Amino acid sequence: MNRRRKVEEHFFIWLMRGSLAAAAAVLLLILAVIFWRGIGALSWEMISQPPQAAYYLGGDGGILNAIVGSIYLATGATLVAIALAVPVVLYLHGYLGNGRRAGLVRLSLDIMWGIPSIVYGAFAFSLMIFLGLRASLLAGTIGLALVILPIMARTFDEVVILAPRQLAESTFALGTTRLEYLGMLLRQTIPGLVTAVLLAFGRGIGDAASVLFTAGYTDRMPESLLQPVASLPLAIFFQLGTPFPEVQARAYASALVLTAIILVISLLAHLSMTRLGRHVIR
Amino acid sequence: MEISRETTTLPKQAVTKPILRKIGLHRQVKDRLSRYSMSVLTGSVCAFIVVITAALLYRSWPLLSSHSLRELLTSQTWHPMRGQFGFVPFIVGSVAVTLVAITFSVVPAIFSGIYLAEYMSARVRSMLKPTLDLLVGIPSVVYGLWGVLFIVPLVRDHIGPWADQTLGLAIPLFSRTNPSGYGLLSAGFVLGVMVFPLIVAVTEEVMRSTPREMREAALCLGATRWEATKLIVRRQALGGVLAAVVLGLSRAFGETLAVMMLLGNTVKTPQSLFDTAYSLPALIANNYGEMMSVPLYESALMAAALMLLVVVLLFNVLARLVIVRLQRTALA
Repeated sequence: MNRRRKVEEHFFIWLMRGSLAAAAAVLLLILAVIFWRGIGALSWEMISQPPQAAYYLGGDGGILNAIVGSIYLATGATLVAIALAVPVVLYLHGYLGNGRRAGLVRLSLDIMWGIPSIVYGAFAFSLMIFLGLRASLLAGTIGLALVILPIMARTFDEVVILAPRQLAESTFALGTTRLEYLGMLLRQTIPGLVTAVLLAFGRGIGDAASVLFTAGYTDRMPESLLQPVASLPLAIFFQLGTPFPEVQARAYASALVLTAIILVISLLAHLSMTRLGRHVIR
Repeated sequence: MEISRETTTLPKQAVTKPILRKIGLHRQVKDRLSRYSMSVLTGSVCAFIVVITAALLYRSWPLLSSHSLRELLTSQTWHPMRGQFGFVPFIVGSVAVTLVAITFSVVPAIFSGIYLAEYMSARVRSMLKPTLDLLVGIPSVVYGLWGVLFIVPLVRDHIGPWADQTLGLAIPLFSRTNPSGYGLLSAGFVLGVMVFPLIVAVTEEVMRSTPREMREAALCLGATRWEATKLIVRRQALGGVLAAVVLGLSRAFGETLAVMMLLGNTVKTPQSLFDTAYSLPALIANNYGEMMSVPLYESALMAAALMLLVVVLLFNVLARLVIVRLQRTALA
């Protein structure tokens, strides 16, 4: 009897470890495949030039338009999302506390997180038609902001929850208004906000479905808010869709660029969580 | 000099008192204003779910009012040019690829989540968590490319022929109906990898919100860790673990680009794991350019988005309510 229980325990421990190891192996495999196939086609020309004539037939040029476009889109969307998410989270903590309405707000944010980005894309597209906009940097920014807003808000929220209760008590004891207390709270939770912002930025730069309709695609460098703009995920997708092996190889290289950007941002997010947090009162 | 300075400062002090009071008022006004604007903002974020549903309903109304819901949801024929919009191939394709994904990921993900919560020390966990976050952070299009470069050749050259010769003879589900390697199996596997970290994270969260005493009591009575875990899952966390799976399902259901790159995108109802299919998100994403020319086509795409939204909302609300309730009972 005892032996059977021991065997069962060990069996499941190794099953669980095996599952985790398999996941880690798949992650390594993904990174290895993307790196291996991408590095061969990667050149300085690829990341320093916009596409020249006949680029998708194998002509000269690079994907600078998509890199810059993606950075513009993700930056714009992140700024919009900050402007919306920070007040919402602060309101949640300053005024709603832990009550029913706070639960409702969190529930809606969680649900918004679950809505697929293609649905946000479709919504932003119909909004765009309603407003008479064309596919443009502006429309893409709005679509993307909707996607990353719940991610940022909930991540930030999880950090603000950890803020010590004494902060509120001692701040109010000095006779401050709620708004002034929220300023203190924000200052205390800035590292968490940085993490949330980086996370949302990373998610934004990799999202394709929401910018597909709204930002359009162009071979030109982004110049104005009201013109279409290229993005890195779509550049990968379109280059892969061509029948020419050398253009497909560029898709691999573009994927390597995108993955590298994501890795750097993830690393920064991780560092910001551990490093910036050192000076926060706990 | 000294004297004149004195005379200029004194009256100033006398004046500051009403100003101070004014500043106090000013602070209160600022507080009020910010409070109202913040509450309006929060309210509108919450109302957004209603707005997006209403907008998609409005845009898809031309189709919904001219075709019966039964026809849309049960007809197999998709001929936008002739005004026939049967969504069955897309719905079946989406459901099938989601189920394949969940089949691949549900067992390892739940076990990983349990291991993270029950067996791992906080230090190792905090080292492992970023790796899982990385798996979440990799863009859909990169997963799709990985599938094209690695999984599709694997299915085409090895798994496909093998499955066809062994299982395929007896069970049509495993017969190799298309030699390209693209199809339900490839897309489903990659999708499974994509939803894995979500299920792990929610399972872990759920397991960690169960009462500690229960675990301690079981261990006290001489249970092994796994027996204690079984007890907790059976008594407390089962609903939450199911919620994690449902969240994974809904994430898989709405995933666009990776699925679109691997599923083959042919409008027919799949019969075998190796069949190509077409999913609802891919339908929307693939046809955005040409939707203006055909009547009702755009409306049909918006209806597809609406279907996605309704399914995902339903799944999410259900799962989240279960989790919230679980956490509330854990606190009480």
